[in-house]
Formats: sequence, C-alpha cells, structure tokens
Amino acid sequence: MKKISITSDNYEFLEKVKQLSGEPITLCDQCGTCAGSCPMISEMDISPSEMLRLVQLGQEEVLDTKAMWLCASCFTCTVRCPRGLDLSKIAEALRQITLRKAVDQIDIKLISEEELSRLPQIALVSACRKFTG
Amino acid sequence: MGADKSSGKLKKIPYYPGCSLKTKSKDFEKSAVAAARILGIELIELPKWNCCGTVFSLAQDDLMHHVAPLRNLLRVQEMNEAGLLEGENRLLTICPMCFNTLKKANQRMRDNPADLETINTFMDAEQDYQGEVEVIHLLELLKERGVAEIKAKVKIPLTALKVAPYYGCMLLRPKDIAIDDPEDPTIQEELLAAIGAQVVENPYKKVCCGSYQTVRNKYTVADLTYDILTHAKKAGAEMITTSCPLCAFNLDDRQKEVTEKYPDFEGIPVCCISQLMLLAFGVNRGGDGFELNYVDPRPLLKRKNLLSGADLKTGAK
Repeated sequence: MKKISITSDNYEFLEKVKQLSGEPITLCDQCGTCAGSCPMISEMDISPSEMLRLVQLGQEEVLDTKAMWLCASCFTCTVRCPRGLDLSKIAEALRQITLRKAVDQIDIKLISEEELSRLPQIALVSACRKFTG
Repeated sequence: MGADKSSGKLKKIPYYPGCSLKTKSKDFEKSAVAAARILGIELIELPKWNCCGTVFSLAQDDLMHHVAPLRNLLRVQEMNEAGLLEGENRLLTICPMCFNTLKKANQRMRDNPADLETINTFMDAEQDYQGEVEVIHLLELLKERGVAEIKAKVKIPLTALKVAPYYGCMLLRPKDIAIDDPEDPTIQEELLAAIGAQVVENPYKKVCCGSYQTVRNKYTVADLTYDILTHAKKAGAEMITTSCPLCAFNLDDRQKEVTEKYPDFEGIPVCCISQLMLLAFGVNRGGDGFELNYVDPRPLLKRKNLLSGADLKTGAK
C-alpha cells in the first residue's frame, strides 16, 4: 500500500479544486454511489469515488488518470450523491486545471474527413469545449 | 401587447434552433414546428440567435461562456419590448443540449446577481438582461398543450407501433432544471400514448449515451449504444424516440460501429417524437425527413401501414 503524507502543497491543491468547482469536497464519505451510477465506470482506471478521495487528500497525481476525461458530464452521480455533491463540477475542475495549461485532449485535425462529415455540430462543439483549452 | 395580424388564433412562442437543427437534424426542427402548428402554436425562430456553446460551463470562475447563452435570452427580451410577442416570456428549445445550457446559464444569473451585473457590464453594445425569460423544452410545451388536445388531432393512431422512449441526460439532470422526475420520467410515455403508440418500458431510458465522448471514444459510445438498444429491443421495442440530436447520432449513426463490434446486432430505427406525431396527425404520409436517419425507419413504418406506400384502406400489407 502506498504511504501518503499530507503537506501544505496537498492542501493547496484541494483548495484549488474546491474553488474551481465550488463544491465542499471534504463532505464526501466514500459511499460509492457515484461509482455505482457512472455509465463510463468500465472504461475508467479509477472510479469517481476514488477520484474524489485523491482530491480530498490533495494528490495531484489524480490529474494523470483517465477517468476525468471519460466523464461525459451526464450528471447521474450528481443527482444521486447522498451528500449533495456535484461531482460533474469536480471532474470539470480537474479537467480545467490541465486544459488551462494548453494541454489539449483532442486534435480536430486528426479526425478523418469521413468522421467529420458524420458528426453532428453539437458533438464537435461540446468536445472542443470539454477537451481543448 | 402587439397586434397579431398574421397568424389568426395561433399562440406565438419564440424558439431557439441551435446549430444541429439547422444542419444535421433538420427533421427535428421541421417536424417540431409543423406539429406545434397543428396544435395551435406558432413557433417563431429567434432573430439573430447565436450558438449557445452546447455545454453549460461548470467551472465557478468561468463567466465568459455564459455570455453566449445570455445573448440569446436577450433576444426574447427585445422581442417583447418590440411587441412581437403577446407577453410570452418563454424561450422554447428543441435540442436538449441547448435547453440545458440556456436554462442553467439563466439560473446562474438569477442566483448570482453579481455575475449578471458583470456580464451586463461586459456586453457593452447590448441592453441589460433583466433575468425574466423562462427556458422551456418542446416536450413541456406539448404536455402543457394537453394529452386531450393531442388525441383530438390524431387521425391515424400508431397502435401497431412499439416505441421505447429514450431521455438521455440533458432534459433530466441536474435536478434543478429537470422537465420531469430525473429517476422516473414519463413525459414521453404520456405523449406517445396520446398518439396511440404502444409504449415499451426501457430501463436504460435515462442512461447516458456517451454524449460528446463520441468524438474521442467512438467504440466506447458504441458499447453504451449497444446496451441501451439491446435492452429496448429485448423489451419489445421496434423504434426508439429521442429529443436530442446528439443522442440520435449516438443511438442511430453509431449503430455502424455497434455492428462492427457485434456483428449479430440488428438495427433499430431512432427518431424524434414530433416526427411520430406528424404521422399520427395524418401529415407527412410520404415519410419526408426519415431519409436523414442511418437506420431507415420507413420499411418498419410501411409494414405498419403508417406511410402511404401501404394499402391504407384495408390495412393489408
């Protein structure tokens, strides 16, 4: 098991995510309802509740996980969280921390002509909003 | 109130089309406007509308992305000031992504007067938004019009058609903008029953289709589509209805990728409820607009004698 020691850096990271999301993240008591509700869970490397725990502990390594990029902002966890937390906002905060460093997750130029002609505009606009800075 | 000279008794409501209704999903817009007209409502396209941004900005410090939705709400305010509407303060949306984005942005401005003031100051060339516009979705308007009113307009009940409604996310979540119970919505069921269709219960009706992940992870979306459609089919559905152009793409067009992954999968058509309403109202007997679908619903509709290709008098195939 990995040993975690909490320093002021960890606290700073937690505060940053709290500020960006506007969510009282420390309220999460790890019940796992979000993980059980997530339609993307089978593709994720860590579950939404693990994502939250890492943020609570101020572990910046959470930014290297795939999970936050697989979140489709479907708000299923949000409507079910018994603590009233909006996880979609927390995942968004994590994505924003990376995207604001101009680290894009998609490159429209790499999408084939055929695929571009098939995709509806809302798919492309929302993907650019969610995956590019 | 402005004098209504042009459209007789029709009730006027402005509507926001958004990008997809003008391009890939023209059938959604066309059928919604036509169905509303039959029900006594004139949907007026919002003048000078702009893209809403498709997703509500979730970051607390990001006010900039609320400017686009707000500009659209301002157009309704202006229409009212110009007397173009009879005191109608609602803006109708047909696309659920637009609905969610516009309604959430409106809500944030109402809940945070300081944010509204910042944006009003920023929008130098615009008048101030007063926060009085209500954003509604087509399904809400149809329900408000009433099941009895809809039934009264039905000429060809869709009794032979087994339809599983699909809701997706943006009309139901988060709770504070939901048009129905987020865990057990029934609005589509009520409307489908009104036009005589057999409603099929699908436990996956509110499970996300993957949304914009379709750009980045199309085979993950294909898996979600496979689950949603397979459950609907097992429950007996012959067709799926959705209100969202992006759900429609993921559930319909992505059946191509579903078949690549699951070669035994048999396709199922997906369309919007207003298209089915028109069929029930006896309009569009030729199935105009259905050619835009990936899985063509016309063979099924012909088999059910709902298009004029079949012998309507005898009901024979």
